[in-house]
Amino acid sequence: MVTRTAPSHLTARERARRTARGGASRSVPAPLLAPALIAVAFLVLPLAGLLIRAPWGHLRAALSGSDATQALVLSLWTATVTTGISLVIGVPLAWVLARSSFPGQRLLRALVTLPLVLPPVVGGVALLLAFSRVGFVGRYLDDWFGLTIPFTPLAVVMAETFVAMPFLIITVEGALRSADQGFEEAAATLGAKRMTVFRRVTVPLVAPSLGAGAVLCWARALGEFGATITFAGSFPGQTETMPIAVYYALETDPNTAIALSLVLLLVSVMVLVSLRDRWLRGGSLQ
Amino acid sequence: MRRSTIAVAGLAVVALAGCSSSSSSSTPSASTSPSASTGSITVFAAASLTGTFTQLGKQFETAHPGDTVKFSFGPSSGLATEITSGAPADVFASAATANMDQVVSAGDASNPQNFAKNIMEVAVPPSNPAKVKSVNDLAKKSVKVALCQPQVPCGVVAAEVFKNVGITVKPVTLQADVKSVLTQVELGNVDAGMVYVTDVMSAGTKVKGVAIPAADNASTLYPIATINGSKQKSEAEAFVAYVLSPAGQQVLTAAGFEKP
Repeated sequence: MVTRTAPSHLTARERARRTARGGASRSVPAPLLAPALIAVAFLVLPLAGLLIRAPWGHLRAALSGSDATQALVLSLWTATVTTGISLVIGVPLAWVLARSSFPGQRLLRALVTLPLVLPPVVGGVALLLAFSRVGFVGRYLDDWFGLTIPFTPLAVVMAETFVAMPFLIITVEGALRSADQGFEEAAATLGAKRMTVFRRVTVPLVAPSLGAGAVLCWARALGEFGATITFAGSFPGQTETMPIAVYYALETDPNTAIALSLVLLLVSVMVLVSLRDRWLRGGSLQ
Repeated sequence: MRRSTIAVAGLAVVALAGCSSSSSSSTPSASTSPSASTGSITVFAAASLTGTFTQLGKQFETAHPGDTVKFSFGPSSGLATEITSGAPADVFASAATANMDQVVSAGDASNPQNFAKNIMEVAVPPSNPAKVKSVNDLAKKSVKVALCQPQVPCGVVAAEVFKNVGITVKPVTLQADVKSVLTQVELGNVDAGMVYVTDVMSAGTKVKGVAIPAADNASTLYPIATINGSKQKSEAEAFVAYVLSPAGQQVLTAAGFEKP
């Protein structure tokens, strides 16, 4: 939590202002400026295209189609459930990775991080081979409980959790590693049980990162496409999430595709803004 | 902690932005490279033509030494949209006239010619777990059915069949194209899928076909045309001529296609 680069009595805002002043006083060398401007143009132009081509007058009509509304509702609740599940099972895993040591821990961390870099569609294929009706786990779920996972909202949540939970785990694990363990030791010395320490000291200590990780996880779940369409299929109201609806709408109804894209863009901007607040609060907590 | 959070957040933002690009690579229709060397043409063809056109391409290359044919297979509706957005296609072979008309009316193709006809069949896994005996069984709630998206030709024709039979089918999934419907059947994820007779034939023993009575069945026509913006117009025309030639028609008939 303690920043090492600036005196901790400064607020985050003051630190930011000082940094900005320092940056402005240095001029940018031309060989760096030109490619940097190209990079900016490359990143900004497509978004401008989306905004320019947007059917501003017909947004309401484009979004009020039943498929678009269903996709929006489905995406919002599956991403939220995904985040909840990730908090319940991901945070304990983050603690295990950060605070305990056992053989194979590095391997475990690598396995947990893998979905971050794995193409989502590969995750979808993997989920399909494990949990489909003929998959090596799904077979028994189907035989014993009559539970068929693919093509249900449950499959959407599973695909999203597979892809998004590592973002939360890695964020929280990083926070746990760098958090001052002195507080926990003090609490333990004063007689607190380990679970009490976890609940009353550890969790509040990493709360800002917990929030940031949860927001990242939610945003990643909301944008999930590859694993979802591969594992959960696509059916309006059941498994057709926003990104999938955008993809198919582009073939038949570009206006709806653009309108849905605008909604996702807006959500992404809101995510960035909320994360910025998290960081500021995280830095000024001292 | 602050720095690591920012690093992770940065990584996450990259990944978030990456969603859209990874999504397009997960579909079968998207990858084509512009024809660079002389005599190399790119053919956008309906997914149901995957087997036959791959074979036709090889035969064409043998008959026209120096020419190479690259394919992008996918849903006709998706391919049509790609072409009208400027995808570098030289030839378009659609599984329905509607999607070809879309390309023609956008000014990207002219004078399409019908080269084949296809009818529907119910594909079931070899073990036929839901004991599907006729297309009517697809209306049962216990039968898990995969269909094509409603804008894809195989989805349009399947809807026509259901209308003819007089049943309402509630599928569990709407797939991007006919080959992905077939894959769901092959994997045993669904009990039945509506595909073309040619797909059942090409799948061999991996699926079983349940024929649809001729009176209830519906068909779709396959038009082909060169793309107006093609830089390899003569090779593109040669390929279209080859598909329409007796040699081309023989390959199509052998795969179960009917004459238009």
